Amino acid sequence: MRYLPLTPADRAQMLSVIGAASIDELFVDVPATARRQALFDLPLHAGELEVERELSRLAGLNRAAGAGPFFCGAGAYRHHVPASVDHLIQRSEFLTSYTPYQPEIAQGTLQVLFEFQTQVAALTGLEVANASMYDGSTACAEAVMMAQRVTRRERAVLSGGLHPHYAATTQTLAHAEGMEIERLPAAIDAEAAVIAAINAQTACVVVQNPNVFGAVSDLTKIAEAAHAAGALMIVVTTEAISFGLIRSPGEMGADIAVAEGQSIGNGLNFGGPYVGLFATREKFVRQMPGRLAGETVDAEGRRGFVLTLSTREQHIRREKATSNICTNSGLCALAFSIHMSLLGETGLRRLAALNHARARTLRDAVAAAGLEVLTPRFFNEIAVRVPGDAAALVDELAGQGVLAGVPFSRLDPHDGFKDVLLLAATETTTVEDIQALVSALQRRTTA
Amino acid sequence: MSLQSVGRPTQPQPAELGGAHRSLTGGRGLLQEEGLLFEVGGVDRTGVDLPEPEADASDLGDLVRSAPIGLAGLSEPEAVRHYVRLSQKNHAIDLALYPLGSCTMKHNPRLNEKAARLAGFADLHPMQPTSTTQGALQLMDRLAHWLKTLTGMPAVALSPKAGAHGELCGLLAIKAAHEANGQGARRRVLTPTSAHGTNPATAAFVGYDVSEIAQTEDGRVDLADLAAKLGPDVAAIMVTNPNTCGLFERDILEIARLTHAAGAYFYCDGANFNAIVGRVRPGDLGVDAMHINLHKTFSTPHGGGGPGAGPVVFSAALAPFAPAPWVVSDGEGLRLEEEAVGAAVQAFGRLCAFHGQMGMFVRAYAYMLSHGADGLRQVAEDAVLNANYIKARLSGVMTAAFPNGPCMHEALFDDAWLEGTGVTTLDFAKAMIDEGFHPMTMYFPLVVHGAMLIEPTETESKRELDRFCAALLALAQAAKAGDVARFKAAPYLAPARRLDETLAARKPRLTWRQESAGVAPAPLAAE
Amino acid sequence: MRFTKDHEWVELDGDIATVGITAYAAEQLGDVVFVELPEVGKTVKASENMAVVESVKAASDVYAPVSGQVVEANAVLSDAPETVNAVPESGGWFAKLKGVDKVEYEALMDRAAYESFLETL
Repeated sequence: MRYLPLTPADRAQMLSVIGAASIDELFVDVPATARRQALFDLPLHAGELEVERELSRLAGLNRAAGAGPFFCGAGAYRHHVPASVDHLIQRSEFLTSYTPYQPEIAQGTLQVLFEFQTQVAALTGLEVANASMYDGSTACAEAVMMAQRVTRRERAVLSGGLHPHYAATTQTLAHAEGMEIERLPAAIDAEAAVIAAINAQTACVVVQNPNVFGAVSDLTKIAEAAHAAGALMIVVTTEAISFGLIRSPGEMGADIAVAEGQSIGNGLNFGGPYVGLFATREKFVRQMPGRLAGETVDAEGRRGFVLTLSTREQHIRREKATSNICTNSGLCALAFSIHMSLLGETGLRRLAALNHARARTLRDAVAAAGLEVLTPRFFNEIAVRVPGDAAALVDELAGQGVLAGVPFSRLDPHDGFKDVLLLAATETTTVEDIQALVSALQRRTTA
Repeated sequence: MSLQSVGRPTQPQPAELGGAHRSLTGGRGLLQEEGLLFEVGGVDRTGVDLPEPEADASDLGDLVRSAPIGLAGLSEPEAVRHYVRLSQKNHAIDLALYPLGSCTMKHNPRLNEKAARLAGFADLHPMQPTSTTQGALQLMDRLAHWLKTLTGMPAVALSPKAGAHGELCGLLAIKAAHEANGQGARRRVLTPTSAHGTNPATAAFVGYDVSEIAQTEDGRVDLADLAAKLGPDVAAIMVTNPNTCGLFERDILEIARLTHAAGAYFYCDGANFNAIVGRVRPGDLGVDAMHINLHKTFSTPHGGGGPGAGPVVFSAALAPFAPAPWVVSDGEGLRLEEEAVGAAVQAFGRLCAFHGQMGMFVRAYAYMLSHGADGLRQVAEDAVLNANYIKARLSGVMTAAFPNGPCMHEALFDDAWLEGTGVTTLDFAKAMIDEGFHPMTMYFPLVVHGAMLIEPTETESKRELDRFCAALLALAQAAKAGDVARFKAAPYLAPARRLDETLAARKPRLTWRQESAGVAPAPLAAE
Repeated sequence: MRFTKDHEWVELDGDIATVGITAYAAEQLGDVVFVELPEVGKTVKASENMAVVESVKAASDVYAPVSGQVVEANAVLSDAPETVNAVPESGGWFAKLKGVDKVEYEALMDRAAYESFLETL
């Protein structure tokens, strides 16, 4: 078996050094009734060729996003990642290295995390960021837990513009912690309802920008209302490229900013692995969950980096930890950071501008085709009202080779909006794709 | 105070530079120095070529971000050099052994990487209509089948994104089950003193009080103490098996029986599954829920700290409470059940957006297909053989914490053998770095003084094991001979010397801040 | 000065008690990097959590050696937590409590008893 280096001769020799007659002797502590002698009812080992064939067969049953016109967004976005990113993350020293607990032989990882933290703080317009979380949705839930610790209040208000999966994830964790969650009904313009829901027990409000309907807005009024009541404002961003065009959460008064970083450096991957971004103000740093890389010096006075403020974490505080988290999303954070360094400030701004321009073209085309566009101001995603059931429309157009976005009902079957379709355009969307979408939609209404 | 006596030096002593050759400009041969991105890059540099946008952002008015962001960019050649130079400073499995107990640092097969990058998996959106993602759903379904078969459990939740996330999933299901059965008053979780920190952290997170179960002289759960502590207020026990001392809990059937008799559930931390995969089924041991670390047992890469994946297998009693989403068959094909409706109404709710770590599912499935039922059984056998070999080779010089009887996939030593040498576990570990090995897990489990937990895994050849043992035996001899200097200021040969963790924690510096335009801040001076 | 088995010290002056951790504890902890002090005005009961002292590798709860109300917390420790290591039984004090019961105080070990106790560890 190609991944098992021991030979029968090795095994025999090793057993004699150990002083055991057989491998079974080493499993002597396993209760007799629990010992399985026969092999499990699963296929036997297979060579690379066979495994590749089977996986290619399964992959071939899927329709890749790049195979035709594609407009799905709703929290995961298709962007072009430069070739060197995937090449660099596959270097042995990045791919097969461990958590940097021994900093002397992990300065590569630690410096990357420090650079990543700096990039995330800059993008979100806040002061400190952690070394990543599993994804945007769990980062959102963790932010609410953090607001509870900081304010010592038990209530959180979730905006009607928040991605339903993020709201559900937050509810699951908050329920476990005994917090009270007010989840406002889905709404394209969520501001008034959020402000009205703030009271003296509110630890935080959670607002998304651009929101799940693609709408962008100025959050400063919400921030003022929250702060006046002693609550924190948490801002969620599911499309990280928007940081290159839209005013940052920090600028608009966010106390904590969380985001899904998938758009930068990481592919769609059917939902994971992704990378959660988490940033906050310096005064809250000891309440922040997740790993942190910090700058220091070594015994020869040279600059170096270490994991720090670890006493917040599970392996030390145990039951008093700020969270139970053990891993971050290391390799995905590396991919994010590499892509970010290739973009730089000018590249990110240009890329964001491109996304927005393409979305303007999309918007104009669907409006011209007679569909009602519900999102007034947007970054790269719009919500449109379609005749009839949006999910049925999407299924039908998929059969014609067009992936026509995500029906809102797929994210949340309960909240009405059965005729609302979410359409995203990125730099990978072509004018031909948009024409194909419009033609398919028009064929349907005239049929 | 709850005094934690793990205080060990976190500030290095001033280093002796030794008689090593010095270059003229500070260079060190192949090991290239590299500054921070913000020092070597600039806001005016970029490594991408993008076309002009066809429209402007005038429709966004004052929402447009005009203030500088502060992001440094690099051209592609500079970026490649930056990251390749950084990569040189990392240890990696591809380089040499990581003998880290309970981490299962096995080889990461490259076929897994190739498979995960097939466009049909990598370029697939989670919210595409399921008619266009049948291959992905089939893979998830097959992976679930393998996990259920290997563990002997009837249900599995695939969505948890890491082991700790899986623990959360298991405990939330347990909590939901108790509430559904009118047993919501059970507020306590029991964990052994040797438990991994995520266990009590997760239990506390879910709102439980945590009590510890004592350990016997031979490193196992104290049955009498467990029986005494079980009662109508206990919701669950959280036990690792094999445990964190590397030992199989011989009384595991009795542990499960006592727990169930008291009306509690048995959560098993599956971190050490590599020792028994293909030979023992946790379902046969009375386990109700167990997370499986795909990045441990099933070879998905550690990537410098993540991403992981922690699917959770469930017994029949807990299966109704597993969270969405699930893959279900509807006659025509597969689809995703994303809401807790109908028969699934008891499920406790969503754990994260979308469906879980599909990229890790592809890698783990490729690993499973490659090994097969026969290969996986051999994995456990070779893992246990390798650990016992190391234990046998080192026990003459180092003190095994539990010398009687075999260990499982990891061997645990204490620091009794270092007494009188002036060398601590920490010093010994740092000296291992100079010999070319990553230190073993240190000071864990907490129940053993100066613990050293060594897990080689099955992908180490006998040649590597012998090289490792030779290095440790030589170091042990040096320690006993009084060569303290070798240890106290080690490592000498790594890309960095010992780092000042005290300074990092007292004066946290977590981002690069520009002191003035174009000038990097001066490096921190040691206090 | 009196001592607890959990390595806190307390010095009563009138009815104000100054509280801290002992030199033994400070040494066991290693370099102190952060101290979480109680809020002024908080009422604490003997043996209950009063503060948290963090080193790089450990976080330890500090219990109130006697009951009372916090009138002052040592602001020096916010900027200079290393004071706890330097002068744990004087300048590295954590908090001052008022309304302390003299009888409760005198029931604690004196220095000789504490040092004998340390020898048993």
